Amino acid sequence: MPITYTSGEQVEVYRFSVPVTVGVPLVALILQAFLPRRIGFFSLFDLPLLVTIFFAMARRKPTAGLLTGAIIGLAQDALGPKPIGMFGIAKTLVGFVASSLGARIDVENAGARFLLTLAFYLLHGAAYFAVARFLVNDTHSWSWSTGVLGGLANATLGVGVYFLLDKLKQRT
Amino acid sequence: MESVLVRYRNLIILVLALFVQVLGLAVQVKRNDAENTRLIRIWVVDAVTPFERVVVWSQTGIGNVWHNYLNLRGVRAENRQLREQIEQMRLQEVRLNEDAAQARRLQALFAFKEQYIQKTVAAQVIGACGSDVSQCLYIDKGSNAGLKPDMAVITGAGIVGKVLLVYPSSAQVLLINDQSSGVGVILEKSRLQGVLRGTPSGETVIERVMSDEQVEPGETVTTSGGDQIFPKGLPVGTVSKVAPGKDLFLNIRLRPAANLSRLEEVLVITEKQERQAVADDQTHQRAADILAQRLPSVPEKPSAPPTPVTQTAKPATLPAQPPAKPLITATPAPTQATAKQQDSTGDTKPQ
Repeated sequence: MPITYTSGEQVEVYRFSVPVTVGVPLVALILQAFLPRRIGFFSLFDLPLLVTIFFAMARRKPTAGLLTGAIIGLAQDALGPKPIGMFGIAKTLVGFVASSLGARIDVENAGARFLLTLAFYLLHGAAYFAVARFLVNDTHSWSWSTGVLGGLANATLGVGVYFLLDKLKQRT
Repeated sequence: MESVLVRYRNLIILVLALFVQVLGLAVQVKRNDAENTRLIRIWVVDAVTPFERVVVWSQTGIGNVWHNYLNLRGVRAENRQLREQIEQMRLQEVRLNEDAAQARRLQALFAFKEQYIQKTVAAQVIGACGSDVSQCLYIDKGSNAGLKPDMAVITGAGIVGKVLLVYPSSAQVLLINDQSSGVGVILEKSRLQGVLRGTPSGETVIERVMSDEQVEPGETVTTSGGDQIFPKGLPVGTVSKVAPGKDLFLNIRLRPAANLSRLEEVLVITEKQERQAVADDQTHQRAADILAQRLPSVPEKPSAPPTPVTQTAKPATLPAQPPAKPLITATPAPTQATAKQQDSTGDTKPQ
């Protein structure tokens, strides 16, 4: 039974098997690289971000969360033409904040997951924009309407994805 | 001190992780090359592309079986229609060949140098870059097939992009609608030159066209060859919208000729040849002759037969057409001096 209050000792911490830890992010990256070519609107979604948020919130350990975010982000960077580290930095931050929050508040119900994913999507977008603009001098632009629309779409998909990934959790 | 480290352990690790990545970014941005990060990219691309290759391969296989063996409804009617179309195109081809031959002759006269597509490699699109901030894709051919960075990627419909990074069995292609791409283009009707760039939303715009120029929506755009990547004259797209932009330039939106969001197969131009245009026909014609053929000309005078100078030079034996110039009449027998002035045809030059 999920525990819904904020004591660090009473919150359940989950772990994942090695195939799940490696396989789920890899599948997310493959789908992210493959589906937008077939289904145009899929480019709105960021599956690696959803996986980062899920693992970070489930593990509830900031170090594990930020490392998960960093590795997934760097892998996503390696697939693109831009310098490696832009998604890495953004997802490191999201992983850290998600796991820190996961240790303090209830992240098991769908409503909380929806709102948190929306907030993390915006945090990720803002961090990426800051890195692109101030560290790389890239002409990346930020639009609130696109950001909120993307956040809502990802939050909706996220609730479903988290429900599926919940089945892969193992209790410590 | 130890207690501080333990207390802020997570925060310190976060700062360290961010610092390392910022440092890595700084190195990449300063050196501005992809070689330093090549190993990481190879690992990830090698991990991701085999799955995409398998999916594309099986999808193509199933599609081929369906289209080539099962779904053959309407093929006969389509075949008949295509034959008729071929006949019409053959007629067109004859006319176009004549025009092309003439264009080549004129180019040869002016010693134009052109880039010809010598060799291409067909490749299949196997995936994208995995984020919506970059417009790029992966193809299933790499350095093993002779691909190199900066090679042009096209389809039958128009240009697609250029090869950015090459791996042994795959390559990354930067699409023309990416923000960091730039293609030299020329508007076909107005002959204005500009630079095609991508926007953050994945659209394509032509930059560097002054706002006092006349550009109409629907105008065709081709490559100008100025970027040294795409050969001149490849279709790029059509102008979809023209609006005043900033800094005295027009904001020209373009609809790409190739459907960039639904690419399946592409051609990579692996070899270009720059050569001087050569005229088709063997006889060397002068520019004046070619222009003379095109210009309206005065009808030729009928040639007068060599007529001996006679007392009565009535053209009785000649057909209905009268001579343009009256022959000399009632002229005394030529002296030696006047005989010299007669040319070989027997015409007498006026004195």
